[in-house]
Amino acid sequence: MSERFVEQVGQLARRSVVRTARQPANVVFPLVFPLLLLAVNSTGLESATHLPGFPTDSYLAFALAVPFMQGALFATMNAGTDLARDIQTGFLNRLALTPMRGIALLSGQLGGVMAMTAVQAAVWIAAGLILGVHFAAGVGGIAVLFIFSLLIGLGFGALGAFLALRTGSGEAVQGMFPVFFVFLFISSMAMPRNLIEIKWFQTAATLNPVSYLIEGIRSLIVIGWDAEALALGFGVAILIAVTAVTLASLSLRTRLTRS
Amino acid sequence: MADEHGIVASGLVREFKKGPRAVDGIDLVVHPGEIYGFLGPNGAGKSTTVHMLTTLLPPTAGTATVAGYDIVREGPQVRAAIGAALQEAALDPLLTGREHLRLQTTLQGIPRAERARRGELLLERVGLSQAADRKVRGYSGGMKRRLDLALALVHSPRILFLDEPTTGLDVQSRSALWEEVRRLAQDDGVTVFLTTQYLEEADVLANRVGIIDHGRIVAEGTPAQLKAEVGRPTVEVVPADLEDKERAAGILARFGEPCAAIQGVAVRLRTGEADLAEIVRALDAEGLKVENLQLHQPSLDDVFLAKTGRSLEGAGEEEEEPELALEPA
Repeated sequence: MSERFVEQVGQLARRSVVRTARQPANVVFPLVFPLLLLAVNSTGLESATHLPGFPTDSYLAFALAVPFMQGALFATMNAGTDLARDIQTGFLNRLALTPMRGIALLSGQLGGVMAMTAVQAAVWIAAGLILGVHFAAGVGGIAVLFIFSLLIGLGFGALGAFLALRTGSGEAVQGMFPVFFVFLFISSMAMPRNLIEIKWFQTAATLNPVSYLIEGIRSLIVIGWDAEALALGFGVAILIAVTAVTLASLSLRTRLTRS
Repeated sequence: MADEHGIVASGLVREFKKGPRAVDGIDLVVHPGEIYGFLGPNGAGKSTTVHMLTTLLPPTAGTATVAGYDIVREGPQVRAAIGAALQEAALDPLLTGREHLRLQTTLQGIPRAERARRGELLLERVGLSQAADRKVRGYSGGMKRRLDLALALVHSPRILFLDEPTTGLDVQSRSALWEEVRRLAQDDGVTVFLTTQYLEEADVLANRVGIIDHGRIVAEGTPAQLKAEVGRPTVEVVPADLEDKERAAGILARFGEPCAAIQGVAVRLRTGEADLAEIVRALDAEGLKVENLQLHQPSLDDVFLAKTGRSLEGAGEEEEEPELALEPA
């Protein structure tokens, strides 16, 4: 990796972070909205912990995994709309006229997304600690949780970048937001899969990769070191990241039609 | 020796899927150090041509070299030799002018030690030093264009593409940009390929002008040559007493053929503007008092009219240039 490449990625990542930081709605909303939902759900659904087989007696600890996924969805939207705006305004053409390699643009953009994901993850973990959540996997688990959330942020950020590069439209990227939210809701977000009584919902949650991401995060908070949950969670996260980054790279190559 | 080359295009074509032939066989030569004005209405194919020459869009047919490099086979070399300020200043409204230059100098591979100095130099050159730390969303149209120009100059390109650089700018901003472009060509020897839909811009700025319509170059030459091609100057005389119009027409008839006049009477001069002094003497000798006497030179709009049968103003309203992001045919 040449020094020039690293500098290019660094500058593009810096730009991505600066842009996000200068749009308060893109910083505050992805932090406040999941915390509000967490507060509402953890008080309203506390009684669910009395169900036989529920893995913890704290619904707050159980639900703390959800903000990590909501943060990832916001990362998708932000990465996608930012890149789509670059296409629409012609900024991408400006970049295309420099000796910049396409992969530097993508890496820079995703570097910025991951920096924001890191901030979000730190906020969720801090919120959990302040609210008395006991992280079952200990300090090492918190570190793994942090890395896991960065991997999820990378995958979903790349997915947003892919959508932007494929469509060239910020509206099209934003139009996918409800679809992603449906994926989040039809998952083990609110209830462990084995306790979901409605058969089709349980099947859908089992088929939904988001369930495994949530369960991987959740295992570190409420169970401890659960090898199966972590393997499935990391496996799905890596699969999403590799697929999304590949698709985004291919779309970028098409989009940068320079000869 | 790429330095000896400007731009050479031969039979350049660009077709869009389900769209018109945006560029339909363009042949042109732009000499090193020259300002070449590419004049035409909206949708004529100017921007598509620029996108092809800057390697952003592959041609459907034809060939072109820029700075001596083939635009299809030697894209990276072409991009290293050119700077471009494309239509609509492509800037990030959330970044400051200085941040734009920092990003651009890094991406262009300017050595780290030189980046800040180069940025400052360019900010000063385009008169944006005071506004360098303000976010671009607070810039006026003229400031954005000047920053766009500075960004295009970061790596000291030999050839500069400016796609309608003054569209939407006020007269003062336009003049300032013209001055800078002229300086680049004269002092720094930069070859400038400038697209415009403004007659005046092409007239005062360009050494040579290519007029494009419906994807084809319909006329090319220096502004003076083009105007001379379509006709001779006209002289209009408005007598102090409008009753004398017929007498004035009789005197003017000695110098050319009558033509349409706005207020008084007019003739298209037979031998050119050298007759002007003779006309004044003839009017004086006949004792005819004149309220106004004007010499009208043919304009580039007359050239466009002669070549296409339409006036340049409003010609582009018929059709817009196809979306450049469309897939190739």
